[in-house]
Amino acid sequence: MDHISLLLVVIPLIAAPIVAILPNGRIPWALTLLVTAVCAALAGVQLWSIVHEGVISYELGGWAPPWGIEYRIDAVNAFVALIVAGIAAITLPYALLSVEKEIPKHQISLFYCAFLLCLCGLLGITQTGDIFNVFVFLEVSSLSSYALISLGKKRQALTSAYQYLIMGTIGATFFLIGVGLLYSQTGTLNMADLAERLPAVFEHKTVHTGFAFIVIGIALKLALFPLHLWLPNAYTYAPTVITIFLAATATKVAVYLMLRVLFTVFPNGFALGTPADELFIILGIAGILIASVYAIYQMDIKRLLAYSSVAQVGYMALGIGFASAMGVTATILHLFNHALMKGALFMAVGAIIYRIGACRMENIHGLGRQMPWTFAAIIIGGLSLIGVPGTAGFISKWYLILAALEQENWIAVAVILIGSLLAVVYVGKIIEALYFKPALETNLTVKEAPLLLLLPTWVLALANIYFGLNTELTVGIAESAAKMLGAVAK
Amino acid sequence: MKHNLILRVASKFLIPLIILFGLYVQFHGDYGPGGGFQAGVIFSSAIILYALVFGLDVAEKIIPANVLRTLAGLGVVIYASVGVAALFLGGNYLEYGVLGSTQVAGQHLGILLVELGVGITVASVMLIIFFAFAGRGRS
Repeated sequence: MDHISLLLVVIPLIAAPIVAILPNGRIPWALTLLVTAVCAALAGVQLWSIVHEGVISYELGGWAPPWGIEYRIDAVNAFVALIVAGIAAITLPYALLSVEKEIPKHQISLFYCAFLLCLCGLLGITQTGDIFNVFVFLEVSSLSSYALISLGKKRQALTSAYQYLIMGTIGATFFLIGVGLLYSQTGTLNMADLAERLPAVFEHKTVHTGFAFIVIGIALKLALFPLHLWLPNAYTYAPTVITIFLAATATKVAVYLMLRVLFTVFPNGFALGTPADELFIILGIAGILIASVYAIYQMDIKRLLAYSSVAQVGYMALGIGFASAMGVTATILHLFNHALMKGALFMAVGAIIYRIGACRMENIHGLGRQMPWTFAAIIIGGLSLIGVPGTAGFISKWYLILAALEQENWIAVAVILIGSLLAVVYVGKIIEALYFKPALETNLTVKEAPLLLLLPTWVLALANIYFGLNTELTVGIAESAAKMLGAVAK
Repeated sequence: MKHNLILRVASKFLIPLIILFGLYVQFHGDYGPGGGFQAGVIFSSAIILYALVFGLDVAEKIIPANVLRTLAGLGVVIYASVGVAALFLGGNYLEYGVLGSTQVAGQHLGILLVELGVGITVASVMLIIFFAFAGRGRS
């Protein structure tokens, strides 16, 4: 059973070079589909066994931790791994047509190879209990996502991939410097071992510096507001499938890593003694407001949703900043729910791109009537993004507001509500263009998206409603994850 | 480059030695300094020298691009499947000890195979990068 924790990483790793060797066509896709489906199933089993049997510890190469690399799975990372693998499995059926349309034929097998490597890296970050290993997987996932983003159809894809490369490398380097500083003080890289040894050296300046480097490094990967500049371009110009996958998983994994560092690696509320938690609240608030306003002014729907993602990261940062059990629960909930809503929205937008080749506001007038199913999915995703009761988005915002009330942080409460109102405006803008504007003549002949694109979109759209009504699973896991992280109720 | 007699003769003399040295570093890696990464770079430098002296087209004939791509993937597969082999033999992933009859023999075999995978991938990726840059501007 414990081998599952490892197979989740190794299966995509082995499949990636095999896919790269395969001839272009549909075979690489079929193999990737199989791999993602297997990974999603394994991630589900892993979460189940965590809930019922407790923490898994896997020793790589049979070397006992803290010397060897340990994969340590608890409720937190099992949940995040399930999100990553699940989204990958839902994205893949969608990928077939979309990739054939957007990626040159001779690059298809390499595309799926990079996709699998990205999946391997993201799953690796969630699975591992070794902080240097995290850096390695961070690079595996980042390097492959730079390559994937640069495959976008427009030439700007190259510059945005380059921009992400620079920012991402700075982030990864900061993380590594921080890890090095911690290592110099404790002589260990195992997270659980670090947690035991760090309290003895908490007063040392080196540890504080290391903490700052690590937090800033992850914040870059997280696209926490003012460090979000790479995100809008990367999401706008990447191939549709990659936008869906990265938007729903990459920042989520970074959020997980941040939680892990703040609560597991630095135990006993170390972060509370630093300016980190105030910083998260301030930057979260700024991110929610500014990025939402930016989103309103975007003319490209992908870009609009990308700015909205930056705002959503703000909500998660807010939950981290509260540093209470309720706040962390809200963050983990939003991590899951945001993956669902952004996944559904980007998929629906991808269906529009599939049909008309663009997604600028002026191109999509009246498409809502031509593509009713896609349009309905956008409405459900949009409502969830706003946080209307009955959708998944409501649940996470509800918990976030409870966490803010618990701390009597009235400003945060107001900002969450204003953020939702701003979301009404930008979602309304998309719906207005799609439905209420008179249809363009060229759009009158557009047909509904193919079934292969619609099905995954609707799986996610319905998941938004399901997890908005039945919160037993998500809230239960998020609460036990928060408990696992040792966030205390205030 | 037809008239560079000295270069041609010297490189013809050097290339086998470079390859031999590459193989030495490769298979010596588990006992002394060396290993797959260094060996791969040394090995590929032999082919790169050949390409520099005798031209890109001749070099690409020796190792065609699709062969390189296959080799690059193959190396990673070798590495990862050594780990999986250990899984099937009842150990943990990459637990070399279970591969051989004794713990030491297993460790020895495991590291040798893993380094071989690394060497193959590094050598072919170095060549892919070289050919990609050197071939720029050609159709």
